[in-house]
Amino acid sequence: MRLAAFDEMLPEVSGLRRPYSAYDRWLKEQDPARLTEKMKDAERVFRKTGITFAVYGEQEASERLIPFDIVPRIISGNEWRRLTQGIEQRVQALNAFLDDIYHRQEILRAGRVPRDLIARNEAFLPEMIGVRPPAGVYTHIIGVDIVRISEDEFYVLEDNARTPSGVSYMLENRETMMQLFPELFQKIKVRPVENYPQLLRQSLAAVRPQSTKGAPTIAVLTPGSFNSAYFEHAFLADQMGVQLVEGQDLRVVDGHVAMRTTEGYKQIDVLYRRVDDSFLDPLTFRPDSALGIPGIMDVYRAGNITIANAPGTGIADDKAIYSYMPEIVEFYTGRKAILGNIPTWRCSEPDSLKYVLEHIHELVIKEVHGSGGYGMLVGPAATKKECEAFAKKLAAKPSNYIAQPTLALSTCPILTDKGLAPRHVDLRPYVLVSDRIQIVPGGLTRVALKEGSLVVNSSQGGGTKDTWVLDD
Amino acid sequence: MLLGRTANGLYWMNRYIERAENMARLVDAGLRMALTRTQSASEEWNSVLLSAGSDVAFKQKYSDYTAADVADFLLRDTSNPSSTMSSIETARNNARMVRTALTRETWESINEAWMSLKRMLARPIDERDLPSVLDAIKRETALIRGSFYGTMLRNEIFDFSQLGTYVERADNTARILDVKYYVLLPSISWVGSTLDNYQWESILRSVSAHRSYRWVYDADYKPTNIADYLILNVRMPRSLTFCYRFLSEHLKFLSDDYGERHPCHATAEKTQAMLRAGSIKDIFDAGLHEFLAGFIRDNTRLGDEIAQDYRFY
Repeated sequence: MRLAAFDEMLPEVSGLRRPYSAYDRWLKEQDPARLTEKMKDAERVFRKTGITFAVYGEQEASERLIPFDIVPRIISGNEWRRLTQGIEQRVQALNAFLDDIYHRQEILRAGRVPRDLIARNEAFLPEMIGVRPPAGVYTHIIGVDIVRISEDEFYVLEDNARTPSGVSYMLENRETMMQLFPELFQKIKVRPVENYPQLLRQSLAAVRPQSTKGAPTIAVLTPGSFNSAYFEHAFLADQMGVQLVEGQDLRVVDGHVAMRTTEGYKQIDVLYRRVDDSFLDPLTFRPDSALGIPGIMDVYRAGNITIANAPGTGIADDKAIYSYMPEIVEFYTGRKAILGNIPTWRCSEPDSLKYVLEHIHELVIKEVHGSGGYGMLVGPAATKKECEAFAKKLAAKPSNYIAQPTLALSTCPILTDKGLAPRHVDLRPYVLVSDRIQIVPGGLTRVALKEGSLVVNSSQGGGTKDTWVLDD
Repeated sequence: MLLGRTANGLYWMNRYIERAENMARLVDAGLRMALTRTQSASEEWNSVLLSAGSDVAFKQKYSDYTAADVADFLLRDTSNPSSTMSSIETARNNARMVRTALTRETWESINEAWMSLKRMLARPIDERDLPSVLDAIKRETALIRGSFYGTMLRNEIFDFSQLGTYVERADNTARILDVKYYVLLPSISWVGSTLDNYQWESILRSVSAHRSYRWVYDADYKPTNIADYLILNVRMPRSLTFCYRFLSEHLKFLSDDYGERHPCHATAEKTQAMLRAGSIKDIFDAGLHEFLAGFIRDNTRLGDEIAQDYRFY
């Protein structure tokens, strides 16, 4: 499949785009052999430092690197300002939506979002009804996936409001680029992303429970060293200078969550958790979970710990809710959404289902609760047989699926053996919410390394690039 | 402030790094014996396995002792939890778990050791390559030790790491001596024969002390000197006394830092005092084997007490 896509460096119509002009000048002066050498250097750096990503289902290669491409993805200061306005508005709406859903449910009363969609949703946590998190913040860390299809058109592909990952790659990609090409950063003014861990720490400290005396104790909760994102958990704890804890280190002591140290139990005020809701508290959710802390939900309800992100935020980034985001943004901010949604067919609706089944070979179909690029069908890239098999699954449980048009995601060049070649990309900027909203200028650019492929997920052969926001 | 689980990870990471190296050293000593002696090499391999604490597991898999099988079992067999490959894998898993407590250099040296040994030990070792494989193992663990000593802050993280190193090392030296205690007994009449010289050299080799012995004692191997060297010499980095000097020191740093003493402190001090006051004659008079068995038991208890006192679990 070939889609006529917008290339962010060299669009066919207008020639080299301005944000890339300084980089292009530099690139033309480079010896191709040296660049190939640098690419190998990059891989060595990553492998040595152990930046690996476990891929489920690949036993032997349980630690694999996410491929890194040395051509940066460059965004102008102006483009970035537009994007951040849209993201801020969306993040405000997401938090207001969560607060509303777990309290007065005005948006349901107003009939803007169907009641059924919430009540029957697994991501909705009845345990959170009436609970107000410290400082009123639900989603402390959000990753908003954005795609571009032309000079002016940006769309939100999905909101990651639970435990978005990948920020360590944003940081390590920059670190690697600065090691490989220090001269580039002298020539071109790229806005820094390095202070993300400090911002995260400040942001988490700002939403500590009211009862906290003195400086709050913060910890990162990981499912353990065999989790696919363990590297990132360790990396963030390390960079923030806080403890990396597992469920087995924690217990409830005197109405607080405390961690077992070599000197006894010590209270934790803010827990940046990287385990899913259902594993958080075996007393409240999955009783078989060994990853969580029995009783933490009681401590939470009593206001004695901040959990980031709050339990139950999944209801805001659910793919079935996604299609209502334009209404949600407008309902809570009083303005039209600056960043658009991709048109979405909800297969639960009979008319939509009919359309989707008839046009299956043109559409991208996703599971409502799926993630990581698993369980989806890219119609134009699938064989007839695959389409038919998927149609059967779809017809059996329509409410489990949504469908979207196959968008020609913008491309950005990567370095291949034969020189530069365009590949499809998306962008995940990271947003921190406390008493304010902060967006680090940059993000994670994911790139589909296979020619023509639209799937950028690292679990499905995607790679990453350093993302530059220019200081212009 | 340190998590109990992290202290546990540091402790075992270092025990396993030490163990990975000890296995290579034991195979090295066995190899040397097999090369210089034509007869009863299998007896030598048997004692190598006994020193490694892997005799029973080996016999479940093999019927006779050959250099190739023993080397394979002690170096690369992942069904043997104490083999060099298993040890380095366990050490790395622990390092991964406590990564935030390690300097980048230390983590990278462990990760690189794991990568290079995994590659090297992926296939059975050709006997001709065995010496270079053993060298490579010792080099990798030396690099880990080098980055560790060169870059780690001397705080509680360092203390728990060192506790692991020295508990493992003391255990290892005591086992090597215990397996061979009978060749050290002065009552045996053929003292000084060529046969014994080999045996003694093998003991010294398995703790990399065959050269330094000559710097400290006469050029001749004497059983009381060898025992004295490995048990009581305070400067010999693998002697029991040396290990306990550092165990006591690091435990004291911890009790000073935390302002709290535990049962493990008393246990370590008791053993240290016993070693300090003892003479090799007393030890031989009371029975070398009894002494070593008692030492190994107390050393194991110290490890358990450290784990309990500092809330490893």
